[in-house]
Amino acid sequence: MMRTMFDPTPVAKSERITRLVADLFRKMPEIEAARAELITESYQNSEGLPETTRKALAFRHILAGLPIVIRPGELIVGSTTIAPRGCQTYPEFSYEWLEAEFDTVEHRAADPFYISEETKQRLRRANGYWKGRTTSELARSYMSPETLRAMAHNVFTPGNYYYNGVGHVNVHYDRVINEGLTGIMAQTVQALKRVRAGDPHYGEKRRFLEAVLISCQAVIDYAHRYAALAREEAGREQDPGRRQELLDIAERCTWVPEHPARTFAEGLQAFWFVQQTIQIESSGHSISPGRFDQYMYPLYAQDTAAGRLTREQAQELIDCVWVKLNDLNKCRDAVSAEGFAGYSLFQNLIVGGQTPDGRDATNDLSFMCLDATKHVFLPQPSISIRVWNGSAKELLMRAAEVTRTGIGFPAYYNDEIIIPSMENRGIPIEDARNYCIIGCVEPHVPGKEDGWHDAAFFNMCRPLEMVFTNGMDHGELAGIQTGALSTLTTYEAFKEAYRQQMAYHIELLVNADNAIDRAHAERSPLPFESCLIDDCIERGIPLQQGGAHYNFTGPQGFGIANVADSLYAIRTLVYEQRRFTLEELARAMQMNYGQGFDETTATETAEAVAKALTEAGTEVTPEIIGGVIRQVLTMELPEAEKKRYEEIRQMIIDLPHYGNDVDEVDEIAREAAYFYTKPLPQYRNPRGGIFQAGLYPVSANVPLGKQTGATPDGRLAHTPVADGVSPTSGYDLHGPTASCNSVARLDHADASNGTLFNMKIHPTAMTTERDLEDFVSLVRGFFDQKGMHMQFNVVDRQTLLDAQTHPERYAGLVVRVAGYSALFTTLSKSLQDDIIRRTEQGFGR
Amino acid sequence: MTENHEYLHVRGRIFDIQRYSIHDGIGIRTIVFLKGCALRCRWCCNPESQSGEIEQMRVGGRVQTCGRDVTVQEIMETVRRDMPYYSRSGGGLTLSGGESLLQPDFAEALLRAGKSLGVNTAMESMGFAEFSVIRRILPYLDTYLMDIKHMDPAKHREWCGRENTVMLENARRIAESGQTQLIIRVPVVPGFNDTEEEISAIARFAEELPGVEQIHLLPYHNYGEGKYEGLGRPYPMGKVARPTPEKMEALRAAVTGKTKLLCQIGG
Repeated sequence: MMRTMFDPTPVAKSERITRLVADLFRKMPEIEAARAELITESYQNSEGLPETTRKALAFRHILAGLPIVIRPGELIVGSTTIAPRGCQTYPEFSYEWLEAEFDTVEHRAADPFYISEETKQRLRRANGYWKGRTTSELARSYMSPETLRAMAHNVFTPGNYYYNGVGHVNVHYDRVINEGLTGIMAQTVQALKRVRAGDPHYGEKRRFLEAVLISCQAVIDYAHRYAALAREEAGREQDPGRRQELLDIAERCTWVPEHPARTFAEGLQAFWFVQQTIQIESSGHSISPGRFDQYMYPLYAQDTAAGRLTREQAQELIDCVWVKLNDLNKCRDAVSAEGFAGYSLFQNLIVGGQTPDGRDATNDLSFMCLDATKHVFLPQPSISIRVWNGSAKELLMRAAEVTRTGIGFPAYYNDEIIIPSMENRGIPIEDARNYCIIGCVEPHVPGKEDGWHDAAFFNMCRPLEMVFTNGMDHGELAGIQTGALSTLTTYEAFKEAYRQQMAYHIELLVNADNAIDRAHAERSPLPFESCLIDDCIERGIPLQQGGAHYNFTGPQGFGIANVADSLYAIRTLVYEQRRFTLEELARAMQMNYGQGFDETTATETAEAVAKALTEAGTEVTPEIIGGVIRQVLTMELPEAEKKRYEEIRQMIIDLPHYGNDVDEVDEIAREAAYFYTKPLPQYRNPRGGIFQAGLYPVSANVPLGKQTGATPDGRLAHTPVADGVSPTSGYDLHGPTASCNSVARLDHADASNGTLFNMKIHPTAMTTERDLEDFVSLVRGFFDQKGMHMQFNVVDRQTLLDAQTHPERYAGLVVRVAGYSALFTTLSKSLQDDIIRRTEQGFGR
Repeated sequence: MTENHEYLHVRGRIFDIQRYSIHDGIGIRTIVFLKGCALRCRWCCNPESQSGEIEQMRVGGRVQTCGRDVTVQEIMETVRRDMPYYSRSGGGLTLSGGESLLQPDFAEALLRAGKSLGVNTAMESMGFAEFSVIRRILPYLDTYLMDIKHMDPAKHREWCGRENTVMLENARRIAESGQTQLIIRVPVVPGFNDTEEEISAIARFAEELPGVEQIHLLPYHNYGEGKYEGLGRPYPMGKVARPTPEKMEALRAAVTGKTKLLCQIGG
């Protein structure tokens, strides 16, 4: 096999990187008002113009007016906020939540942000303009009443794109590096010339392409502002070394991203301006750098060969980019912040894998990217590695070394299943072999796709609850009527009822996503992002209106483990062994298996009572509500009844569970996943693509678990639902290979929007070189069986418990949450608990 | 089932199967723990392995049955599940105990089944059996991880319940057979053998065994203490501190100073 030669020798971390990282964390992240004011100003002056034009004018206005700053010691420049790790706001998508949370955002558990009184005032002024003009308001107006009801009942939540930009793309960084924005603009001019006056879409196309030109020029001008600032600071700089650095920065920012990069350093600066400004244009996250080691390699090879660049310099520059990736931030609403906890922007960057023509892609930069993560030891980028049958062993061992640090990176991806799964969705093999990962775990064709990868969270446990209630939820019909429990006389009938509840809600999920999709098409076409993705320029259509070469919508389901264990328990204990009836199980679940009720149940019950009373024309008083809440919280079941429910739960817990390599249970898990994955590709999105399922929860399994009652797998009400395709926390008892085998038994190819498998490994199982080799074999053994993704937390329980008690001592403790890593101490208590609960896989005695 | 697969139906008694064991032999391994032992080492961390009888042990408030009778085929159902990991890591099946040689037919059949799957086989054992028993097993055994705890028969009897004469003789005959890779393992137990002289004596003996290249020093630990309590037995070691890493390093240096053996701490 042909291989690129590579040099895996590590380079030490420089003094500068230590300082840059320390500077990032000097202050709590802060919300700034500049962007909101600038976009509002621009929109007030562009009323009546086409939406694409307005977007481009606003983008230009923002980039011309946003304060710029070069942080001390930086080599790669471009900051979105004055303070490090600050964030701007994006009122054009939604703003009400932020105003509602102005006074709590600083003190909330997940991802708090400081906001000054002055900023609040400035934002209030700017936000006023957007009433009735946001994407979320338009999206809502496009949804069916049933969809809104299902969302109110928390069956699924499309919150991500409902309130924010879409993001979730990988753009042609390579084109900006190799051709410059002038290259993109030249192509745009050519496309403009080709738009015939007789084209039925002449107007939109022309306006869009002109918007591209305005946007590209705006980014060039923005770079030139930095060039001027660097020159100005160089003039004041006393230290001759730093003065030269500033002059070099000035030269780079004068040349790129306008022109093709001439050096590795220029290539990185061009990359950064693209990465940063896409995230100024829209609030969409998961703007993923993708195959950085591939598109940066030619300049690296050229400079090192010419003797212009040492490996030490190259490593330091890469490390500087890693620091910048952590300088960006985003403030989400309180609920989403729990679902995406850890200030993460999910900028996924992947190394290794294959070239489009199917050879091993490992090069020097593959190693240096992994080392950069070790050097900065921060949550961004979300670093990943592609593994295939021909992967260089040295690279996998280096990856294992990074895993051993406990940072939760890299995530491991299996080419041998991802490539065929993409081909199965109609993507030619060269593009499939070139895949990168977006956000958490979503496979994506670089520079050619609009995958809408994070389109919704779908809680697979909720439709299961509705089988037990014949579609009723909190006092109203939320699902469909699949029959009273007494009519479900066979396991097959029960399963069919579940399938129908699922199918019903999946169609509503599609309805929600398509409504939001259209809202973005109409109110938020993004000319700059669009021009960097094929075939928007050629077709003269923005990304948001279907301009990409490949279009998908990828909503993700979660709770496989709970549904699998539930169905297995029902089949075994209700239908086969007849240990209890469905009705009895329903009652046990309703009574939370005799374990008492929490405040969530009390509030829900009070709401139901209030609703019933109102409907009956009775006045609802605070006394009545208080009474109901007290009654629920202190409710004592008769001893015999309580004991029976506990007995039922014990019978369920004593059964084999998903995650232990037990064929009968795992087969049910496979089938349960199909209930979600199979119906989706039958639906189309407005951009001309199909839906494809993902099976991963980000960290939403915790907050959405709080909205889920007790389930037939013995799970108590409002506790977390299982994450991704992982077994239920604490239920996988036969070691890592058994868990892997269970997970591999799912049909990962059918979940072509990605699956997520979390495993926690005890540090003692990753001590020696041989341990690391065995660890690599574990990953490979899982991948040989067509598992898709794997990620690890290598940290002992004791450390995590200690970090909860003494957060001040563990400020730098990074753990794997879901498709990303985050600082442990910034996570909410309940998410911390969930991470601690995930089974710690050790080794033999 | 054809005639020559009869060994799959051999029955034996085990008390545990441990998957993803990575510190006992090469690669990712599945360890089958056979129940019943001839010795009663005071530091034993698996006291539930010692009796050949099925017994009850309290673990975390619940009573657990230790010991079950299974066929080789049943064991192999579990072992074969990790084939992909063995292939990637060079690992396979390890027999441990107890003393596997107390169930010779079962041990032989298990190892034979392992070889027929094409995986690496290993056995942790102190070699307490007639050599004729060991000879039957050797053709199916890639690695013999043999415990040698002490060179002094009297001290061995005092701490383990039996003298070591047979085992030392077996070590020599196993080495001379040339049929298996023999690795010597020494539990380093405070107050028993944790001096440089005692460890060096074992190392010198090991060095003289033909073909032996490796010796592993396994530091004593008290992870088994709770199990004694669960079985309602006193913990024979009492409160003894584990050997420090510095201590282990000094012993390792003693071994490598006096012999040409490769010496590692831990399995």
